[in-house]
Amino acid sequence: MNSLIDIRGLTKDYGRTTALREVTFSVPEGSIFGLIGPDGAGKTTLYRILATLLTPDRGTATVAGLDVAREFRQLRTLIGYMPERFSLYPDLTVDENLHFFASLFGVKVRDHFDLIAPIFSQLARFPNRRAGALSGGMKQKLALSCALIHRPRILLLDEPTTGVDAVSRSEFWGMLATLREKGITILVSTSYMDEAARCDRIALLHRGRILGIDTPTRLTARLGDPLYAASAGEMYPLLLALRGMPDVKDCYTFGATLHVVADEGFDPDGTETALRRQGLADVRIRPVEATIEDLFIKLAQHED
Amino acid sequence: MQTRILRILLKKELTLMLRNPLIPRLIVAMPLLVMLVIPLVADLDVKDVGVAVVDRDHSLLSRRLVADMDASASLTVTAVCDTYDEALRHIERGDADVVLTIPSGYFRDLSGGKSPHLDLSANGVNATKGILGAQYASRSLLQTLTRWSAEEGTALPEAATASVLNRYNPTLNFRNYMIPALMVVLLILICGFLPALNLVSEKESGTIEAMNVTPVGRFTFVLSKLIPFWAIGLLVVTVGMLVGWLVYGLVPAGHIAYIYLAAILFTLVMSGLGVSIANRSSTLLQSIFVMFAFIVIFQLMGGLFTPIASMPRWAQVLTYAIPPRYFIEIMRAVYLKGAGIADLWQQYAALAAFALLFCLVAAKTYRKRE
Repeated sequence: MNSLIDIRGLTKDYGRTTALREVTFSVPEGSIFGLIGPDGAGKTTLYRILATLLTPDRGTATVAGLDVAREFRQLRTLIGYMPERFSLYPDLTVDENLHFFASLFGVKVRDHFDLIAPIFSQLARFPNRRAGALSGGMKQKLALSCALIHRPRILLLDEPTTGVDAVSRSEFWGMLATLREKGITILVSTSYMDEAARCDRIALLHRGRILGIDTPTRLTARLGDPLYAASAGEMYPLLLALRGMPDVKDCYTFGATLHVVADEGFDPDGTETALRRQGLADVRIRPVEATIEDLFIKLAQHED
Repeated sequence: MQTRILRILLKKELTLMLRNPLIPRLIVAMPLLVMLVIPLVADLDVKDVGVAVVDRDHSLLSRRLVADMDASASLTVTAVCDTYDEALRHIERGDADVVLTIPSGYFRDLSGGKSPHLDLSANGVNATKGILGAQYASRSLLQTLTRWSAEEGTALPEAATASVLNRYNPTLNFRNYMIPALMVVLLILICGFLPALNLVSEKESGTIEAMNVTPVGRFTFVLSKLIPFWAIGLLVVTVGMLVGWLVYGLVPAGHIAYIYLAAILFTLVMSGLGVSIANRSSTLLQSIFVMFAFIVIFQLMGGLFTPIASMPRWAQVLTYAIPPRYFIEIMRAVYLKGAGIADLWQQYAALAAFALLFCLVAAKTYRKRE
């Protein structure tokens, strides 16, 4: 498969802070590529370079064969960029924003309406409402519509689901899948690890460095060690007790439970009994599937 | 030039401006307020100048001089004293601003063809009132003397006829001097602040990010920020001139086109400066503070309140770098003297040079990429 984005050894410093260090990866055409990492990992810097808003210090990046530093003028018509912050005119109406961005790219709204129709359908009910008065989910749909109205080949989405409720987030990922069907390559970043599973390929970014790139399933398989979820009446004593056990490699809070990375010979039932004897009530330990977050924690620890 | 895109951007600017709850009102209310209130408040005209007279002559002529003075609009004879010291005490008490001394034998000497002296001294504590009061008094004296000599059929000695003539603003009306300059203040504020605030608020709201990834060129974008404020600047000047005419009865002595030409150049200067400052600021607060620093210097050193001629030499040299100086000179010369391009080409050239400079800086410092 052709790659639509090619990044080689990209480095960017802000004064003495390094935002990106030797970042190298490529995004296959027609895929959803996820950029996963916590806040401050360098995701937005990478987006700004790809969106031709920032020049890298070292390394190269090409999008659709065009160099982001030299051929930015042609490139700007090929990319659709949705920054993390809502960046439409709050005092223009829904329709005015859409027509404004369409006309800047020299297209009519109806030319590519098929592309945005599924996204825009809910907004079409209030075309005259000012963008600033829309709800969070609606703002996001309008911003996506505006970023798509010139039918870009590549869509750059910087944390599109941050601050959006769970239902809207799931709906949003559904929309991305539809766009991929229409041949649009999508680079999407998120700090929600659970969203990683909905990407074709993901890159884990931590402190400006790529920790791993692969499909979500192959990446999680890299964890290697068996993983268990543990819970008890009182979680903190459980955490301390588990961390003190010889065959436990790592133990950390994961949502409402603890995740335990253990050696191959770890015996969950024996451990449960041992913990009860130590006075912990309702101890339960059961095997779980590793997630991207587990891998991330392991890789990030290794990095530190 | 991306004419099509520029048109789209201008339409957007207009829509946004009209939807703004404050800006349209400000554009109408501020010129009206400034033009209606400030000329009344910042009035340096002198009325009710008190004159203490020391009449040692006690002639028909001396009594006529005093009576005429008392009858004139802005002078009141508050005391007739025998000695200068007594008159000075009236000044100290504050009921007189000017002392007129008519020497004994004044009438006889004047009739005998000599050149006797009248003596005027003024209280310099309130400099404006003192200087203008002495001027009013000497004018009144001259009028009486001229009339008297005409009646007598004698010619006044040369020295007595020498007089001060206030050309172009015959009544020394401070209002006529201020009104043309107030329009300059309006343009400084509106065309300097609004483009800067407009651009920085796009930075703060993040909309500039979305604009920068579109094919909009930076010159086109900067132009879309400048053009609306040029139009507003001309509107403000028009409102200002209408108020000057309808309320104060002041119409330019020169051609109105010269005023518009200067206003166009000056709006370019101010809006160019505003956008240049906005390009370097990342928050509204920064841009307002920097703009304010410029505006204070412009207002105080542009010759608006303090005449440039009365500044120290080094400060006079500095004012050549203050663009409003040229606009104020043009406005006053066209309004009061009826001057035209032939008289003012240097000022127009200086304004044009500043306009070009600031607009170039505005376009050059705007960065779509960091």
